[in-house]
Amino acid sequence: MNKAKLNPKLFDKDIEQIPTRNGYGEGLVRAGEKNENVVALCADLSDSTRSKMLKDKFPERFLQVGISEQSMASVAAGMAAMGKIPFISSYAMFSPGRNWEQVRTTICYNDSNVKIAGAHAGVSVGPDGATHQAIEDIAITRVLPNMTVVVPCDAVEARKATEAAAEIKGPVYLRFARENTPVMTTEETPFKVGKAEIFWSTPDVDVSIIACGPLVHNAILAAVELGKEGIKVEVINNHTIKPLDERTIIKSAQKTGAVVTVEEHQIACGMGSAIAELLAKKNPVPIEFIGVDDRFGESGEPNELIEEFGMGIGNIKEAVRKVLKRKKI
Amino acid sequence: MTDEKIKFLEEKANEIRQSVIEMLVEAGSGHSAGPLGMADIFTALYFHILKNDPENPKWEDRDLLVLSNGHICPVQYATMAHAGYFPKEELKTLRKFGSRLQGHPHREKLPGIETSSGPLGSGLSQAVGMAVAMRMSKTKEEGSISDKQRWVYCLMGDGELDCGQVWEAAMLAGKEKLFNIIGIIDRNNIQIDGFTENVMPLEPLKEKFESFGWHVLEMDGHNMEAINDTIDEAKAVFNKPTMIIARTIPGKGVDFMEREFSWHGKSPNKEEAEKALAQLRTLNGKIKSEHE
Repeated sequence: MNKAKLNPKLFDKDIEQIPTRNGYGEGLVRAGEKNENVVALCADLSDSTRSKMLKDKFPERFLQVGISEQSMASVAAGMAAMGKIPFISSYAMFSPGRNWEQVRTTICYNDSNVKIAGAHAGVSVGPDGATHQAIEDIAITRVLPNMTVVVPCDAVEARKATEAAAEIKGPVYLRFARENTPVMTTEETPFKVGKAEIFWSTPDVDVSIIACGPLVHNAILAAVELGKEGIKVEVINNHTIKPLDERTIIKSAQKTGAVVTVEEHQIACGMGSAIAELLAKKNPVPIEFIGVDDRFGESGEPNELIEEFGMGIGNIKEAVRKVLKRKKI
Repeated sequence: MTDEKIKFLEEKANEIRQSVIEMLVEAGSGHSAGPLGMADIFTALYFHILKNDPENPKWEDRDLLVLSNGHICPVQYATMAHAGYFPKEELKTLRKFGSRLQGHPHREKLPGIETSSGPLGSGLSQAVGMAVAMRMSKTKEEGSISDKQRWVYCLMGDGELDCGQVWEAAMLAGKEKLFNIIGIIDRNNIQIDGFTENVMPLEPLKEKFESFGWHVLEMDGHNMEAINDTIDEAKAVFNKPTMIIARTIPGKGVDFMEREFSWHGKSPNKEEAEKALAQLRTLNGKIKSEHE
């Protein structure tokens, strides 16, 4: 059952579809209206990352740096040293991909108040192919001290996450997708950085699915279909990968004794790994991982690629059945 | 500058060089040549040029000094201690466990350090960010240059000009006409693997920066009067950032270290340190310091 005031049209074919990066643009404008120190920098992708929305509203608070992601990260660190709250945006492959060392030293080591918006994350970027599909970005950001890592599931959550990032003191990574994503959440859906939300549950659940990003939608659809087979599944939207909401995750794992993690990212070092690190230490249970298994992406339509890389509804259902079998009786 | 002031600065620089040697021998590792070569410029900045307050390192009207080539930090630490930012005794903790004087500077540890550095090539970008942020924060009334004008100094090595990021930042500073950035390149011609012109030729350096939209000045990095006058001249340039190419001698003041790139990345042993200190105490017989 719907536990988080989700969109009543959740299961409708005509559910509204918006890219999460749009939520970034809206959140940036709202954060900018609230605090005059909010500024945006972009590396020649201001339309596509939606940072243009802040530029249109507050042109004097926007800095176009050209295609120089490495310098952009350090320029932002310099601006933060002067009290600004810079949001830097590019494709995730280039920021925090290409500029990782600058993010590490000039932003995280300095504990700079810089927000990094990585657009076009995941294989669902589609036709552009592997060079533009960031599937390592969660790994390289969650490993950095001082960094907060947030992966919004839809445009509404993306907007809330962007506004929240401006309020956090210190570096934040926000991960966005290129493609249209079903708008699962509503204004009323609870959102707090560091707090995972149970989006779907029934009494006496058998398996926990812990998901992040647009794939939360597939996770909920898989849960509903499994329910019809008599397998009771709880779906957690774990938008904050760092710091992890240990309480909610452990509680769910204790309740079900079996976990499936779902993310559009390499299985290695991603959200699922973070969950596994936590549960191995605090509450060991069998875990199955949905994600990209040590491969590069490729060109194709988003839905084709989600299936090819094993992140479809069928794959999630299969993983749930598998983990159920491994569960100790 | 008066002759008296020049003499004071020269003597101070000599004391700072001695502190650098003492720190390095105590640490047992670290860079020698760069810190000795930059002692005069650091002294001129901290004791004469910078608007700063060692008692209040976060003073909001202060000038900013970004050290991009973090490995020469012993000279910054020594200068800061002599200027009163922290006790000179602390200099002996360089590179040791628990010290605020990390092997490469860490902003979160030592007040007065404007940014952490070490990985080369990122300082100019941060200086650009600071200058852009200052401009954004300016109200219309503050738009013109006044006594309140804050300057952002970015000290860089010549070897780090190999990094592409430096030129990304240089392009942006030129585009944005950030006149309150004064870059100073330690043009000592050496880097770890040898002479810069062998490792990766930088010349014509002046023309490179000019073509990126900078005003470029050159100076003798060991002449206090020249340092002061050149920085004054840089401040008079209102429509462009200024880059000063400072000709320096790596290892300056210690004859067996001068111009020897093997001294770029190592520290003296006890014997070498004593020899170096003896030389510095009677620097060419010209300067008599308190150590004599």
